[in-house]
Amino acid sequence: MEFPQELKYTKSHEWVRVNGHTAVCGITDYAQHELSDVVYVELPGVGDEIEAGTPCAVVESVKIAADVYAPISGKVTKINTELDATPEAVNNDPYRAGWFFHVEMSDPAELDKLMEADEYKAHTETEKH
Amino acid sequence: MIEFFGWEMPVQYSGILAEHRCVREHVGLFDLSHMGEFEVRGKHAREFLQRLLTNNLDKMHDGTALYSALCNERGGVVDDLLVYRRTEDDYSVVVNASNIEKDFAWFERHRPDGVELLNRSYDVALIAVQGPRANAVVGQVVSRPTDDLYYYEFRTDEIVGRAVTLARTGYTGEDGFEVYVENAGAQAVWDALWQAGKPLGMLPIGLGARDTLRLEMGYALYGHELTETINPIEAGLGWVVSAKKTFIGSDVILPLKKSGTSRRLRGLKLEGKGVPRQHCPVKAEGKPVGEVTSGTVSPSVNEPIALALVETEALDTPLSIEIRERDVPAALADVPFVPSRVFRRPKRA
Repeated sequence: MEFPQELKYTKSHEWVRVNGHTAVCGITDYAQHELSDVVYVELPGVGDEIEAGTPCAVVESVKIAADVYAPISGKVTKINTELDATPEAVNNDPYRAGWFFHVEMSDPAELDKLMEADEYKAHTETEKH
Repeated sequence: MIEFFGWEMPVQYSGILAEHRCVREHVGLFDLSHMGEFEVRGKHAREFLQRLLTNNLDKMHDGTALYSALCNERGGVVDDLLVYRRTEDDYSVVVNASNIEKDFAWFERHRPDGVELLNRSYDVALIAVQGPRANAVVGQVVSRPTDDLYYYEFRTDEIVGRAVTLARTGYTGEDGFEVYVENAGAQAVWDALWQAGKPLGMLPIGLGARDTLRLEMGYALYGHELTETINPIEAGLGWVVSAKKTFIGSDVILPLKKSGTSRRLRGLKLEGKGVPRQHCPVKAEGKPVGEVTSGTVSPSVNEPIALALVETEALDTPLSIEIRERDVPAALADVPFVPSRVFRRPKRA
């Protein structure tokens, strides 16, 4: 399982890649593995204001639907429309081709509340049964 | 692993989609030991089952199986099950794991003198081999060819020295077998089938793919399409309800077979984006007219599909399924969603 060092993570298994004032967000390798075969992703709309810690997208596997929580507050500037045709990218490449949306951060200080890779990795280990 | 009515069972081994496709294209191995098995014997056994079951045992010969509903006095479905007839006074009944205790109590409550009833659910294992290559797998380990064993027929046989009941039954829509064996022989039989199937691309199949496979066939799952408040006519099981006899619930159900019901189980295909799930409302012109009983994205046709109980009167109106407060258009679809490929006995000319 991959935990890229350069990313920041939430307890609810989203990742953030910071790019200036923009945060690129998706779900982690651990999350895609737990969900297994992703068949549908419902994304927020471009221009939507999202608030850290609140549901802003839904990811559905064959078996279940799971909420995706905004890792950070701000305005959605871009969404990954490719996921409509190829939702399996979330499984195959969760940190690259499987990205969900870009957020123009309204409060970059929120980033400090997110976890580093090692901390997140430890967190996933406590979630396993 | 999840807990499934007291059994530890894997939702998936390698992945639901891979397992599903493996059964449709090659062959899969299922551990279904959670299913319940009752023995029903005695000179009044047949009469007793005729009284309990909606389907007609007159259709059965020795060595055949029959699918039926078991109903309460109000016509609701207590369970759906398989009956295997060894002789006219010796049957096995296979019931859903979730209903073992309820069903056994129901059988016991209605059992007359002269019928012996035995709950063998915790002594008997059930292993299924399903898929176009099932015959090639099973043929390697049984005592004689299976070419003359057709769908819904069974025989006794032996696998690695263990006595088994070998049935050409299943719940996937593919050709396949269900193998009943005493618990003590289960591991050996599983291993023998696994060794025979591995070179043919066989995978072990979990509960997740079992569900998507049956859903593509439009087969009912207890707790979804069937409950004690749904009658078999509504659930599309009129074909297992016999008008030629009386049974518990028949005075409610048989008139419905003629008159029709105010709601009916139908197949739906979503025409927009999303995944329909159990309890999603079905709507006609914005008004609720039913509810999804099961839904998924079909791994075979890669489209969102659902079974839903829908008001009969609304069936001519454009329908939609409400998914997370959004109405997504849906169209009635014929079931099965993919064609069945079971090994039917050729009709005599």
